[in-house]
Amino acid sequence: MRITRLNPKETEITGEDVDLRLIDPLIEKNKSKKGNIIPLLQGAMDIYGYIPRQVFKKISTECGIPLSDMFGVATFYAQFRLQPVGKHIIKVCHGTACHVQNAKEISESLEESLKIKDGETTEDRFYTLESVACLGCCSLAPVMMIGGQTYGKLTGNEAVKIIKNIKLAENN
Amino acid sequence: MNTTVTVGLGSCGIAAGANKTYEKIKALKEQENLPFILQKTSCIGMCYREPLVEITDDTGTYIYGDVNEDRAVEVIEKHINQHDPIRDYIVYTDLFDAAENDFIGSQIKIVLRNCGYMDPESISEYEQRNGYTAMKKIVMNKVSREEVIKTILDSGLRGRGGGGFPTGLKWKFANANKSEQKYVICNADEGDPGAFMDRSVLEGDPHSILEGMIIAAYAIEATGGVIYCRAEYPLAIKRLNIAIRQAHEKGYLGKDIFGNRGWDFDIYIKEGAGAFVCGEETALIASIEGERGMPRKRPPFPASSGLWKKPTNINNVETYANVPWIILNGAEAYAQYGTEKSKGTKVFALAGKIRRSGLVEVPMGITIKDVIFKLGGGIKNNKRFKAVQLGGPSGGCIPDYLSDTIVDYDSVNATGAIMGSGGMVVMDETTCMVDVAKFFLDFTRKESCGKCTFCRMGTMRMLEILERITNGQGREGDIEKLEELAYQIKDNSLCGLGQTAPNPVLTTIRYFRDEYEAHIGHKKCPAKVCRPLLTYTVDQEKCTGCVVCLKNCPAKAITGERKKPHLINQETCTKCGVCFSKCKFESIILS
Repeated sequence: MRITRLNPKETEITGEDVDLRLIDPLIEKNKSKKGNIIPLLQGAMDIYGYIPRQVFKKISTECGIPLSDMFGVATFYAQFRLQPVGKHIIKVCHGTACHVQNAKEISESLEESLKIKDGETTEDRFYTLESVACLGCCSLAPVMMIGGQTYGKLTGNEAVKIIKNIKLAENN
Repeated sequence: MNTTVTVGLGSCGIAAGANKTYEKIKALKEQENLPFILQKTSCIGMCYREPLVEITDDTGTYIYGDVNEDRAVEVIEKHINQHDPIRDYIVYTDLFDAAENDFIGSQIKIVLRNCGYMDPESISEYEQRNGYTAMKKIVMNKVSREEVIKTILDSGLRGRGGGGFPTGLKWKFANANKSEQKYVICNADEGDPGAFMDRSVLEGDPHSILEGMIIAAYAIEATGGVIYCRAEYPLAIKRLNIAIRQAHEKGYLGKDIFGNRGWDFDIYIKEGAGAFVCGEETALIASIEGERGMPRKRPPFPASSGLWKKPTNINNVETYANVPWIILNGAEAYAQYGTEKSKGTKVFALAGKIRRSGLVEVPMGITIKDVIFKLGGGIKNNKRFKAVQLGGPSGGCIPDYLSDTIVDYDSVNATGAIMGSGGMVVMDETTCMVDVAKFFLDFTRKESCGKCTFCRMGTMRMLEILERITNGQGREGDIEKLEELAYQIKDNSLCGLGQTAPNPVLTTIRYFRDEYEAHIGHKKCPAKVCRPLLTYTVDQEKCTGCVVCLKNCPAKAITGERKKPHLINQETCTKCGVCFSKCKFESIILS
């Protein structure tokens, strides 16, 4: 089972500046549909990048879905996040093909360079580092994905170079 | 005849830089007003040579491999402008013996019949390649529902998602249950790490899946269709949406489809939210209904009570892609391939330490050896073939000495592995089998939904034992404990995930027991993978004294002066492996 990633304190603090009006059209669209919890949460993810605490409450009151149901679904699927993420998410593939071709080295080099652990976000909220099961580009193993771009046949050093270059390019 | 230039733009091609290649060729064409038609297609399966560019002209068809931007310029200049194909870059052609001719030549393409041969975003190209003809044939000849089901039954098609249940039988059951509303679902939640054939079909030939679903809907009188697709496959979702829109415009979906009054059928896409267990049919249905994707007890089977408690038929992508071909060519044509109990072809995703990684479609009954060595080109870097992992986290490892095993459902099951969805991850002598078992168990442990105690807790306990073994703290009796837990989990889990989760451990114990014993008894990892069991030393002759390892060592266990060979203090060394990965001179020795 996945370990729940909710830290109540943190979401309370970071959730303050959320514009709740943004989800009105989404609620309107899905309110009366059956099986609407997942589309509602997916929509909220698209808007905010994570699901803030107040959004849970708002959806619950307006659609009449118990909080416990929504929370149960949100913590079940890997896609939903309960905490804000960095501007870029680095997804390091740990599928079978990548694993046997040393994906561990990629993750470790990135962890060392960013000074964060798997699943964490850098202090400046620029990068979030994540391991994923399979990106389906097994022939290019080991791979990582940032935004829509996949980088293949990596080594630890190359991966670090790529993330440094992205940051450099954006800061200039 | 017009010259066409086609760029392969599947996910793997794009990852290898095919978009840049496409843009480059487009720019060249516009700048110099070159006389060719530029097209897009999807993955042809030759992932190891991406980006691929196909040129068809008066003389024949040529596929160029590894076409980066520079090569694209060269190829266009030579081939298009000077009519002089560059033989060295050509990987496949029907004109002469090119490097990868045997890779494509020895396959039989039924599921992948259109992948890489047409623009997946064009319904007219699909129709030119006999698309939607199967459904039209059914309507025109007034073929009854029972006859359609009989054709699928006679073809011997079995569920390609891994279960291997006869597809025709599934349809028969769903047809037998009467209801105003019925559903067909396409399981496109390909979560198995190491398998990507469904993605390739979704991206390369989305209409074939729609047509397969429409035929199934006709056979069981379904009113609604759902494609449950992984959110991790954005390109597949995009192309499916385009295909659905086009099918609507043509009257193949919607109201009174194919000119049949009163036959309404529509398909929508449901994006999966990332849970491996949702590949199980009852969990998938729960997920479509917006719940936690947890399996439930069967019976009732979905054929009698599925989505919204209505009779439902679920097949996976590859199964549906077979259907139009079977209807069009007949059950016998399909059943001529394969073995007695497993008919037709199967798509395999080759990955790992293999030269040609990519997709191959072969008739059932071919040996594993032929797939790996004839089609896959053997092992990378001339290493020794050790094992092949078949069936992902539910499957097992088949050792080299069993590589004469043929691929059909029953023969593969006899080895302790399963056919699964067809992911083949090839391993060489540098892969540690205990580590591989640990990898898969870590995956199933995370993906267990938690409903059955044995699966939830048992996988956790097994993982702890494996971690202990790979950390050098293995104990006498650990192997037996693993086996005992494995059988308990298999016997006491509700769904396929739990019932098969111990397979990777059981098969590696069965075939590679000596490796487990080396880890536990001698505290050694023969493949030199498990770091805590290794010792790191500096090769005093190769070391240049560059101080890179010394600076990077987090434990400050390395000493030495610049330009003089360094030393590793074995007592303070934490065996993190940083020195090994940082050393540019290969002077860190693992033993």
